[in-house]
Amino acid sequence: MVQLNQMLRGQTGRIIKIDSKKKSISRLAAMGFVPGTDVKVVGVAPLGDPIIVEVGTNQVSLRRDDASALAVERD
Amino acid sequence: MTTTQDQVTTSAQRPVHVALLGNPNTGKSTLFNRLTGIHQRVGNYPGVTVEKKLGTVGINGKPVTFIDLPGTYSLAAESADEKVVLDVLNGLVEGIPKPDIAVCVVDATNVKRNLFLASQVAESGIPMVIALNMTDEAKKQGFWVDAAKLSLHTGVPVVNMVASKSQGLRDLKAAIENVSKNKQKMVTVEWPNTVHDATQILKDELNSFATTQVTDLELRRMLFDEDTILTDRFNCSEDIFNTALEKARGHMVGAELHPSSAEAVLQYAHIDTLIDGVIEKVSESKRTITQKVDFFLTNRFLGLIFFLLIMFVVFQSIYTWAGPAMDLIESLTGLVAEPVAGLLEATPTLQSLVVDGIIAGIGSVVVFLPQILILFFFISLLEDSGYMARAAFLMDKLFSWCGLNGRCFVPMLSSYACAIPGIIGTRTIADPKARIATIFVAPLMSCSARLPVYVLLISAFIEPYYGPTVAALTMLAMHLVGLMIALPIAFIVNRIILKTKAQPFVMEMPPYRRPQLRDVIWRMWHRGKSFLKDAGTIIFAMSIIIWAMLYFPHGEHVAQETTKSFITQVASDQNITKEQVIAQLEAEDSELADRLDRRISAAYVEQSIMGRIGKTVQPIFAPAGYDWKITVGILSSFPAREVIIATLGIIYELGDEVDEESDSLKDSLKASTWQHGERKGEPVFTPLTAIGLMVFFALCAQCGATIAVAAREATTKLAIIMFFYMTILAWIGAVAVYQIGSLFV
Repeated sequence: MVQLNQMLRGQTGRIIKIDSKKKSISRLAAMGFVPGTDVKVVGVAPLGDPIIVEVGTNQVSLRRDDASALAVERD
Repeated sequence: MTTTQDQVTTSAQRPVHVALLGNPNTGKSTLFNRLTGIHQRVGNYPGVTVEKKLGTVGINGKPVTFIDLPGTYSLAAESADEKVVLDVLNGLVEGIPKPDIAVCVVDATNVKRNLFLASQVAESGIPMVIALNMTDEAKKQGFWVDAAKLSLHTGVPVVNMVASKSQGLRDLKAAIENVSKNKQKMVTVEWPNTVHDATQILKDELNSFATTQVTDLELRRMLFDEDTILTDRFNCSEDIFNTALEKARGHMVGAELHPSSAEAVLQYAHIDTLIDGVIEKVSESKRTITQKVDFFLTNRFLGLIFFLLIMFVVFQSIYTWAGPAMDLIESLTGLVAEPVAGLLEATPTLQSLVVDGIIAGIGSVVVFLPQILILFFFISLLEDSGYMARAAFLMDKLFSWCGLNGRCFVPMLSSYACAIPGIIGTRTIADPKARIATIFVAPLMSCSARLPVYVLLISAFIEPYYGPTVAALTMLAMHLVGLMIALPIAFIVNRIILKTKAQPFVMEMPPYRRPQLRDVIWRMWHRGKSFLKDAGTIIFAMSIIIWAMLYFPHGEHVAQETTKSFITQVASDQNITKEQVIAQLEAEDSELADRLDRRISAAYVEQSIMGRIGKTVQPIFAPAGYDWKITVGILSSFPAREVIIATLGIIYELGDEVDEESDSLKDSLKASTWQHGERKGEPVFTPLTAIGLMVFFALCAQCGATIAVAAREATTKLAIIMFFYMTILAWIGAVAVYQIGSLFV
């Protein structure tokens, strides 16, 4: 199990837990980052942050700090 | 069936109100434009800069009013956009009755996430139609959405559409008619008892403070949202509200349901049942065009190069390409002014009011239009094509440390051409706090109106002494000083004054789409129109006030006394009689008469309200090394900074036709000496004064239009604070340069 912000470009996995104490998780959750959803890191910005994550059929950019709220089981 | 009949007749009397809702990038606004065409009324919701768009059309002879609500991912009431959606759904916005029907626009390529909002809206109890948009793209991506089955599961009509191609409009209208009769409501999520109990706790604690009928939907929003802005629903102290909220949330946490994630988890579980068997794969999904393009455009190197290229074009367009249109407006103003001035020759005060006040005032408003239209042309293209999100993604890291985000880049860049389009362009920043902070610092970017001041001072005081390299470096430094100060100021405002916690920056990367020219032009037009209407009137009023301050009191004796002393002076200089001087003055094409006219103009400025204020406040600017002439120049350029050149021209008796290239103006500046005080006889301008003055111009809020636009786009309070902080900053900068520099020179 890793945090989403630690995954490298191209890696895939499945969200298993949301850290409810983190700020902004309701935003993430509304965008489809809920347990059971498949994710894939598809892009990294030139300065290393933010990252683009494919969640379901969506591509979403989020900062590493926000991504750390999501625990992922890697494929 | 008599009741249904009755309802139909009553509803025929007033329009059926249909709210259009949906996620951003679902083609909702395109649908609204296709439905209402030219029958739109665009304005703002009271107190916020959320655009209010209404349009009334007839469907089968019955009037239907569509309300285009801002695109949101959720009903979470944390931003102004979201609160407007919730307020409209609850019928709390003046002039807009509670909608009879909600049309939820659902992107067919992204049904699951789009239904999240629809499912939240369903809880309002408003009858609903689901507009399944962009079905053509879904097909391209290899799947098909079974509208009939989705309709069966949700309990409301589902209409297949491609709004951009006007497909499905008739079906949608039929579905709206159907729902207005039969009132179908979407199946809502079943909340577990814990949520009901927590809602009840909140209700019990706060009900006695309620300002309106607070619905369960609203109570649940307060429960689920981290930073709810629905506090206006209760007339109680923040403490009472927060205590009640904590108690209700505590109840949920006690039952292992965390308030901030519970909603999404439960809603998505509910949505999974709604879309069970609805989305069918018809062909193997292939890598979409978007994915292929993104491979390059979000790439660390190629993406950056492409980004710089695009931004160069955007910047050039407002910085350079708007030039001819702006020149045209200026010469048109001149063309109008000339005959009018001739007509009013007999009444000089009226002539000056109409020509220098009214016509110049209108010109000073309209002159911004080309830049605004061009910027919004590009912003619309970038937004509608989906590239704006990529640009924000690439740039985010540069801005995140000071509480801004990647979406602030384009408005900031535009502000380098002109802060007016830049500030209006902040509407693309979704995070309201980042938007306010961007408006607050955008005028520090060195706009094109500062350029003439730099050119004049650098070519007069830097280049002759230090050479072209230092001159070029000075020019560069002047363009960077604002940026270097802007980001730390954003940091201070966000983190120290407002104590804003780091805001999440979660942004959808929408698929690339071909922008519809129709929609692009539509947006340009509305943006331009609202600028003329809202900010234009304020800018115009300010021009009139400044004109009056430079014109009045305009006593006749000023001209007489100036003429008298001029004749005496010329007579003694040239050793001729006063009569000979007068004869020279009366000769045709007399150069002497021109000189006299210019001196009278200068005397009038000196005697005007502005001139007197300039002399009075000069001591404030003395630490920066400015005499009263520079002070009046600075004061008169508060409405528009480039005015200083014309004002200096008048004060130095060169007339107002000078520009930054004029050698006569440069020579006058160099020859200007102190007339009183301990430095009497020394030159006013040194390279140090010049650099200080440039820093002053780089930092000062000398633009009435910017202040007016900031007041419209944010709040009047923010505009006032902006004016003072920039002006004080400019003074500190100029004094620091002069005083510290004096220690070394």
